[in-house]
Amino acid sequence: MKAVALVVLALVPFALPSQSMVNIAMLTAFSAFIGQCWNISGGFGGLTSFGHAVFFGTGAYAVAILQTRYGLNPWLGLPVGFVAGGLVGAAIGAASFRAGLRGSYFALVTLAFAEVFRILSNSLDFTRGGLGINIPLGMGVGNFQFADRRATYAVVLGLLVLATLCAAWLRRSRFGARLAALRENEDAAQALGVDLVRTKTLALALSGGLTALAGVVYTQTYLYIDPTIAFGSERSVEMLLVAMIGGAGTVWGPILGAVALHIVADVSRSFISTPGFAPMLYGVVLLVIIGVLPQGMAGLWERLRRA
Amino acid sequence: MLEVRGLSKRFGGLHAVRDVSIDVPAGAITALIGPNGAGKTTTFAMIAGFIRPDAGTVVLEGRDVTGMRPDRIAEAGMVRTFQITQPFAGLSVMENIRVGAYLRTADTGAATAQARQVGETLGLGAMLDRPASALTVAGRKRLEVARALATRPKLLLLDEVMAGLNPAEIADIVSMIQAIRASGVTILLIEHIMQAIAALADHVYVLAQGALIAEGTPRAIANDQAVIEAYLGRGAAARMATHA
Ligand SMILES: Nc1ncnc2c1ncn2[C@@H]1O[C@H](COP(=O)(O)OP(=O)(O)OP(=O)(O)O)[C@@H](O)[C@H]1O
Ligand SMILES: [Mg+2]
Repeated sequence: MKAVALVVLALVPFALPSQSMVNIAMLTAFSAFIGQCWNISGGFGGLTSFGHAVFFGTGAYAVAILQTRYGLNPWLGLPVGFVAGGLVGAAIGAASFRAGLRGSYFALVTLAFAEVFRILSNSLDFTRGGLGINIPLGMGVGNFQFADRRATYAVVLGLLVLATLCAAWLRRSRFGARLAALRENEDAAQALGVDLVRTKTLALALSGGLTALAGVVYTQTYLYIDPTIAFGSERSVEMLLVAMIGGAGTVWGPILGAVALHIVADVSRSFISTPGFAPMLYGVVLLVIIGVLPQGMAGLWERLRRA
Repeated sequence: MLEVRGLSKRFGGLHAVRDVSIDVPAGAITALIGPNGAGKTTTFAMIAGFIRPDAGTVVLEGRDVTGMRPDRIAEAGMVRTFQITQPFAGLSVMENIRVGAYLRTADTGAATAQARQVGETLGLGAMLDRPASALTVAGRKRLEVARALATRPKLLLLDEVMAGLNPAEIADIVSMIQAIRASGVTILLIEHIMQAIAALADHVYVLAQGALIAEGTPRAIANDQAVIEAYLGRGAAARMATHA
């Protein structure tokens, strides 16, 4: 039921003539996608990260550098970005989990990694420092640049489906069960034979690889990337917020969360245009969600269904 | 099956476990008893890989597993339960047990069937689809055992699975443990309840203030002077003798 309704909703924008409506749909699907990426490690694994932009930025720079420095086709950015994001995730995971970091310590470490990447990309020639990288205009499907937003929307939707299939797999598989067990109780999980470092590291690598794909698509859509866009904490907060509002550790949560967040943001923007209002509103929404609905909107759905 | 030699552990100035050696023969039920704070749980934690011993060795079926990670030790066939129960509170009872079952199969269908079967055998059948947090104390103790058993262990380490239960529940768990042994699983258990020890154990080790003070059959241990004094205080054995 839920799935059918979502599919119908997702297909509506293709029939819409207005590019601005398609753009809203694309941005919502994009939020849902990165929220789902965060959810894979942060929700299902309880690996609360404040620095997922480190993966987003890795993918964004991977595709930008691939084209501008090596003249390669930007479609290659998807596999290359996935592998690069996965490797960054594996490295951060192996270092953190071997050292036994979890909870807020892990969150702070991820934040620190994102900051380090931002500062590095800001100072290295390889990434053109603070100037950022412009992608030469060259519209065309073969060049991964779409004149029609509906094409971008289709790509983002495809990625959202991919990430959601990963989430559904986590609900049914041994790997997902082990990840959830570690989230609930590390000692008990290890006593039952769960390899803590390996399981958590793989989860972060998968999440990192997928998140990097979002960076690739971002770069190909806006044709410009700089250190703050790539590694700034705003992106990290967006992912976390979408997953938490919708319901961390649930398959549909990030999709519900993204829709809710965009409705709230768009409605509030049309009434109040004070700068700084949106982040404040996000903060309030998050506090309310954590206080009233620890399982997010998906949890509310479950509660209503059982009642 | 299990040979523990000279195990020792200090926590700062406290010598929690001193030179403890234990033998657990295959197919038997061996008990480890002792007053509160004697070092029983710490000994279990070292055997199962949760605490690295300062000295000593743990050999499982001829293989040195000293200092190995707990998940590797579980894979080798030795699984512990926790005195303070550690359920996966956000998961259902079935999902809790299935984590154990996944140690021997990656297939979700097979693991689910195995978890159901173990859960039903241990009297958790009616609770399988409820959240683990909905279990009573007795239910949580059963869940500890069920999860461990679902890993198909060769050697099960049970840490006070009867504490806090009423006599009827204790009788249930005693027969449950007997059934587990009958199914071919070797057992090392920590327990305070003497009737349960008498009903279950083939051989008993007594730990007091970190050191082994006696070992023998349950009957011999119940009459051992050093053991009585360790539990009731110095001179208790003599006082009991005069009152008798
Ligand atoms: N991690 C630790 N750090 C410091 N001291 C500890 C630690 N774990 C246990 N101890 C101390 O070591 C001693 C032995 O504790 P342990 O839990 O092994 O006893 P026990 O025999 O299992 O007792 P009980 O019957 O109460 O469960 C106690 O004095 C305890 O306070
Ligand atoms: Mg104890």
